[in-house]
Amino acid sequence: MSYLPFVLAAWIFLVGIFGIVRSRHFIHLVVCLSLTQSSTYVLLLSIGYVKHGGAPIFKDVPLGTKAVDPVVQALTLTDIVVSVTVAALLLALAIQAKKHAKTMNPDELRPVRG
Amino acid sequence: MDVLVPLPVAIPLLTAAALTAFGYWCGRRLDDLIAIVATAATLVISLLLVFRSNDHDLVYWFGGWKPSNGVALGISFTVDPGGAAVATLVATLALAALVFSWRYFDEVGTLFPVLMLVFVGAMCGFALAGDLFNLFVWFELMSVVAYALTGYGVEHAGPLEGAINFAVTNSVGSFCILFGIGFLYARTGALNLAQIGEALAGRHADGLVIVAFTLLVGGFMTKAGAVPFHFWLSDAYAVAPVPVCILLAGVMSDLGLHAIARIYWTGFSGTLTAGDIRPVLIGFGLVTAIMGGFMCFLQRDLKRMLAFATISNIGAVLVGIALLTRSGLASSIVYLNTNGLLRGAAFVAVGILVRRFKSGDELDLRGRGRRAPIAGVVFAAAGLGLALLPPFGPFLANALVVDSADTLGYGWVPPVLALAAVLSAGTILRAAARIFGGLGEAKDPLFSHEPEESQEEPTDTRRVSQPLLWIPAAALALVGLGLVFVPELAGHALRNAGRLVDRSAHAREVLHGVPPPPAPAPSYSPSAAAYAYGVASTLGALAFAAFGLYRRRLPIVLRRAAARVADRPVAGLKALHSGVVGDYVAWLTAGIAVLGGAVAVVVR
Repeated sequence: MSYLPFVLAAWIFLVGIFGIVRSRHFIHLVVCLSLTQSSTYVLLLSIGYVKHGGAPIFKDVPLGTKAVDPVVQALTLTDIVVSVTVAALLLALAIQAKKHAKTMNPDELRPVRG
Repeated sequence: MDVLVPLPVAIPLLTAAALTAFGYWCGRRLDDLIAIVATAATLVISLLLVFRSNDHDLVYWFGGWKPSNGVALGISFTVDPGGAAVATLVATLALAALVFSWRYFDEVGTLFPVLMLVFVGAMCGFALAGDLFNLFVWFELMSVVAYALTGYGVEHAGPLEGAINFAVTNSVGSFCILFGIGFLYARTGALNLAQIGEALAGRHADGLVIVAFTLLVGGFMTKAGAVPFHFWLSDAYAVAPVPVCILLAGVMSDLGLHAIARIYWTGFSGTLTAGDIRPVLIGFGLVTAIMGGFMCFLQRDLKRMLAFATISNIGAVLVGIALLTRSGLASSIVYLNTNGLLRGAAFVAVGILVRRFKSGDELDLRGRGRRAPIAGVVFAAAGLGLALLPPFGPFLANALVVDSADTLGYGWVPPVLALAAVLSAGTILRAAARIFGGLGEAKDPLFSHEPEESQEEPTDTRRVSQPLLWIPAAALALVGLGLVFVPELAGHALRNAGRLVDRSAHAREVLHGVPPPPAPAPSYSPSAAAYAYGVASTLGALAFAAFGLYRRRLPIVLRRAAARVADRPVAGLKALHSGVVGDYVAWLTAGIAVLGGAVAVVVR
């Protein structure tokens, strides 16, 4: 098992965070957030990876066939659902920001301070 | 297996689904009524669970997938009285919020009760879940609903900004949690908390375990609003509709801490020793308590003031958990429930003011509150309760901390906690005196400006002295203050905390179905020192309230000296709360780094 997937996950995470911190546009912000979340998919799938393992479908295969871990795949699917929900909600809020506050810049939309 | 266990989640979620499908044709009042009945049913069942789980935990395996040979493949709800009490608190606050919103909103779509019900179901699920991934799923569900509810008034800039900051910051927190779960699964091959605890127990805590612990605790601290993860909280709570604030400030923040306590005791206590972790968590708790109290003092917008009071309280609860003793855990359970109820009551009182006077601003409302005496009494009672006035709940919780901290050699912690209570509760009392008594001055340049656009302004002020507005406020305050008179409350809290603290017995119960032998509830009465802290902090809060009201009548020499010392830090603190989500995420990352570094240093 190589360390590469874990390094990759950490890298995607940090790049995403950097994008969020630097973001000056809501759409950009939402994309960065989704990007950050995709690092968790990489991490989870690489945890369950088994070399030369097949898909975890145990029909018509002999007992003891190598397969990747189905639990983390289920986790990843759930994670994707969550990601889509949050992205949809945030994009809806961004549309409202454009409509009512006439701005897409987080710096300009900040009535609450101090 | 107890059939009642899944119901606190199932009832609100199924009702929400039914309302989504058919609510449009029912009319608003029927929708509201159905939501109220469903929440009341959840309340009754959660309360029953508190009593049923009193002797041993209720472990419910969905679909009958029980663990075999200590390996859990199924998904469980593990109900202990602490968790069930949190679910009860959720349902109580939601009931008050729904009753209050009956008259509070002039117009609110079917979606509002639906979202509230989903919120209730998700929080109950979070309080009862026994494995990490379910904890994560309920966490996400309640978070997403909370974002939507915060941004319910989308036509204003305030709620939009609050909801976006809330959503982005908490999502990053939830990724951290997911990373932590992934690492733990990689190490132990388990998701069930008890099984994780068994796999980790007795092993040396290596880098992976430390990183996993850091990410989980940091993620849940983001939800709880501990410093420096707290920035989103004051933005979101200041702009959410009042009925939503009752739930957000009353219980959602505390749920993050509830999760930290459970994860430490059932998962990590076998490998990370309490003595190592204690100073780190206590440090975070105390900084949160003081910082929240200080920022609270600088606010004039009542909702934002209560948001910072929430942060201060969160710090105090976190210190209770961070002692990592049975007393500390018991204290956090008592603290979280009573404080949650009192903060909920205070928010309802603010809602009455907003409804009646179309303003939630302390200076604006000066003296006008005399026409809403019940709100005043509730607000002041909440302030006194939070000021640790003996013998009420927050005092009792603080007494448990005082007595436990002394034996651990952390005798300097209780005075700091008392100071935090003075700051936050003193500010609430200041606002109460100014609004309902007309005391103090009409202007104060120190305060932060209120949000430019007021968040929600009910247009119809005709029928204001409705009992449906003040009954929830009075009921929450009465329950919050009266909870302490439950016989042997502290004893039961101690006994139940003791069951969670005994990790291996808890794991045997969950994984092998062997309940521990019933233990008698120890009797507890606060020590003289605890009473001294209670009285001192109450007097201190009253004095601090007077200071806030008449600060500018102090001699000019004193004021100049104070300005020299305090002006820079005050301006700096205000500048930190910039309202820009990028800054908040940067702070979150820094907070995780500090937490991880500190844990690594103390463990090595």
